[in-house]
Amino acid sequence: MASQQHLSTIKGAKVLMVGAGGIGCELLKTLALSGFQDIHIIDMDTIEVSNLNRQFLFRKSHVGQSKAKVARDAVLRFRPHVSITSYHANVKNQEFNVDFFKQFSVVLNGLDNLDARRHVNRLCLAAEIPLVESGTTGFLGQVTVHVKGKTECYECQPKPAPKTYPVCTITSTPSKFVHCIVWAKDLLFVKLFGDKNQENDLNVRSSDPASSSDHAEDVFELKKDETIEQYGRRVFDHVFGYNIEVALSNEDTWKNRNKPRPIYIRDILPEEPTNQNGNMDKICATDEQSLISAMTSIGMKNPQEIWSLMENSRIFTEAIVLFFTKRKKDVGNLSFDKDDQLAVEFVTAAANIRAASFGIPMHSLFESKGIAGNIVHAVATTNAIIAGLIVVEAIKVLQNDLNKYRMTYCLEHPSRKMLLMPVEPFEPNKSCYVCSETPLSLEINTSHAKLRDFVEKIVKAKLGMNFPLIMHGASLLYEVGDDLDEDMVANYAANLEKVLSELPSPVVSGTILSVEDLQQELSCSINIKHRDEFDEEKEPDGMVLSGWQQTTLEKGDSSKTSLGNGESTSKALPSTTDANKNDDADIVASGTKRKLEEASSGVDASSSANEANSLKKLEVLDDDNDLVVLDDDGDLVTNKKKRLQ
Amino acid sequence: MDGEELTEQETQLYDRQIRVWGADAQRRLSKAHVLVCGIKGAVAEFCKNIVLAGIGSLTLVDNRLVTEEALSANFLLPPDEGVFAGKTVAELCCDSLKDFNPMVRVSVDRGELSSFDEEFLKTFDVIVVSCCSLAEKKSVNEKCRNLPKRISFYTVDCRDSCGEIFVDLQHYTYAKKKLEDTVECQLSYPSFEEAISVPWKAHPRRVSKLFYALRVIEKFEEAEGRNPGETTISDLPRVLKLKKELCESQSLNEAHIPNALLERLVTNSKEFPPVCAIIGGILGQEVIKAISGKGDPLKNFFYFDAVDGKGVIEDISSKP
Ligand SMILES: [Zn+2]
Repeated sequence: MASQQHLSTIKGAKVLMVGAGGIGCELLKTLALSGFQDIHIIDMDTIEVSNLNRQFLFRKSHVGQSKAKVARDAVLRFRPHVSITSYHANVKNQEFNVDFFKQFSVVLNGLDNLDARRHVNRLCLAAEIPLVESGTTGFLGQVTVHVKGKTECYECQPKPAPKTYPVCTITSTPSKFVHCIVWAKDLLFVKLFGDKNQENDLNVRSSDPASSSDHAEDVFELKKDETIEQYGRRVFDHVFGYNIEVALSNEDTWKNRNKPRPIYIRDILPEEPTNQNGNMDKICATDEQSLISAMTSIGMKNPQEIWSLMENSRIFTEAIVLFFTKRKKDVGNLSFDKDDQLAVEFVTAAANIRAASFGIPMHSLFESKGIAGNIVHAVATTNAIIAGLIVVEAIKVLQNDLNKYRMTYCLEHPSRKMLLMPVEPFEPNKSCYVCSETPLSLEINTSHAKLRDFVEKIVKAKLGMNFPLIMHGASLLYEVGDDLDEDMVANYAANLEKVLSELPSPVVSGTILSVEDLQQELSCSINIKHRDEFDEEKEPDGMVLSGWQQTTLEKGDSSKTSLGNGESTSKALPSTTDANKNDDADIVASGTKRKLEEASSGVDASSSANEANSLKKLEVLDDDNDLVVLDDDGDLVTNKKKRLQ
Repeated sequence: MDGEELTEQETQLYDRQIRVWGADAQRRLSKAHVLVCGIKGAVAEFCKNIVLAGIGSLTLVDNRLVTEEALSANFLLPPDEGVFAGKTVAELCCDSLKDFNPMVRVSVDRGELSSFDEEFLKTFDVIVVSCCSLAEKKSVNEKCRNLPKRISFYTVDCRDSCGEIFVDLQHYTYAKKKLEDTVECQLSYPSFEEAISVPWKAHPRRVSKLFYALRVIEKFEEAEGRNPGETTISDLPRVLKLKKELCESQSLNEAHIPNALLERLVTNSKEFPPVCAIIGGILGQEVIKAISGKGDPLKNFFYFDAVDGKGVIEDISSKP
């Protein structure tokens, strides 16, 4: 492996690394030690304190600086003669086009999100450059190899979509702590501190809509004659008391469920908490946002402990007071941010009070923050192992050793004695719309849907294109780009608002649209089929794309994974199978692939299947880190939550 | 739980890993003392991993002066001769490691592995030895086992594209998650000497070829009075002869130890950096598990070969 022949292959290679985070730091170090001489590295992120426990090229003094640049400087200190070129930029920028990719021998991904992974996959396919892809979470990880025409591409297997919850589960019938978190973060927090005009399902619909909406109209507005303390208590009673009473009045809902109990603040904090705030000025003398904390103000320190209902209530009211006094200017345009201490405190308290009301166990601030911010577990060791495996695979790719390519899983519990399990890569999926030429078909109401709906819901959200160009035969319906003249921009803007069948070149049943992304050099054809009606619950987009699929995953449910450190995923991994106990077989035979599928198909998919079909979906927001989950095929895949609009 | 809370600084720095192993494990890590002897690539990786993880203290032993060979897979050594003037490998690594995590005490001991007495060894919770002779491995392992306190003992070595880890946790009790419950488990480990003395025909079926190949080379180096890794292609005929003899005396089919594998291990005793990262990563994980008392530890050998890409656990213990 480490022979002279390898060494010359390594020395002559020009490598592109995408990502200088957890895997990236380890990878850059291992590449340099292994003798790679020409390494380019792209990362748009800057360094944060919570990176320092594993991204070992960074120090506290680097916080705020470019990851790519600092990583480069750090590696040059122990390998000064390696040529490392860093780019503090988004890999999706237009400068990184197909020609840019073509200069490399191999591309190595250490990315943290699905969007960028799909993008790099497409550019590698277009440039015909091999890609080694990777991901980790906790003790789990995987490395895969993607070579155009030889092995499956990154998108040949459907990738899990972000976990979503039915609105009614969040607004009326939470059964898990994560439901309470989503309610606190996406509904209540936004209602109180975010954009007031945003549509919000916070108020449950009562049987008498008129009265409830009257009641709701002013409840979240601070009244002229009340103090902020009084306001906070009024909001408390409304959301934890009144709204629960309204929900209870709808008796059908509770036939097969445990009834929640309304909670009123007078039963928990009997007196107006004015005297408790006497010391607020002393403790919160600072105006620096990161130091404004309801916990500090109340004298609580430990983020690991689970607060009592009374403590949660105090945090809840105190956080409201602090937002309206110390951070008045933010109120009205805040959205939840996991690094905003006061926001995390408020969401933890609100979720816990709601949990108490519904008989769901309460959680600590530390745990709540993990769930609310979708914080992924990460340790240095797994990243180091995965980076080592990426380099092993990259060397095989450089030597064109096709029959030695492997996808390798790093497991938490051994499977057939193995902690590192190599599997033969799969062949390209013939019906993959990214790497094969399979046409897609779209059912849509061509006399109602506008071009804008098609662009947003299909071209951007489903096909993941950034700079789309849409053609009908020879006529251009729409394109995005920097070099368009004003007339064209106006023309496309007008087209966006037109119904499909009324476009200059009408799109009707039987039309074949050609959709391209020039930067990704990806193009596909979409056969249009007109359909009048769509099921609002099952087909909320009002259109159905086939030949393309996306599965859902159990991700938002990090209440489970964050505590059980990924057990839910590792459980689904292949278990010992005597049939395959053959040490002479160097790879896991194809029979095992089937087992992988069987072993896991019942786990992730089923638990979320019902919820996935909901009418309206609440997003689970994203974090910036690596996540591995099992997809439907038993593959460990990496994914990032993205905002569904 | 021993009551003491993590500081705010610790919670912030270790946030992502506390989400993996819990605050309790993090507290135990911060109280553990680790000794490493022999710092080549795999051990450098291991040291980085546990310093980042927030171990209490790390003591380094390696009195070699820096050579090109020492530099090859070790990113803790600066390549600049001006910097390492007169300093030992351990001293230079210490400087780099301190920088990784100011909350960990990293220090150097200038003693020799063979002269460490039980008084000294008992100040540690974990001892990792690398690139030392068979006799030294056995002797340090025995000293650890004679102490009233349980010490986790590991050996680690990488050659060519292969790596080996040996683990002795003596009588070890740990917590394991089973569905919703945590159950207590116990394991008994043999010493290194006991493990390699188990007759080969008493082994489980299909033990990794690497186990046997490395025993042959270990025996060869011992018989010839070589330092670990001190072999060349010219030794191959005698190594193959030794293999034949061992296979005969142990009644093992010679095909279990491919000549090509021995040739690789004899010819290229240098470490391969990606394998150091993998082996150092697995070892780091195991040491973290052993300290925290959480999760199934590996028992008692681990092998990785980049050629087939498998990372395999072998349990080689005599039947009770
Ligand atoms: Zn594909």
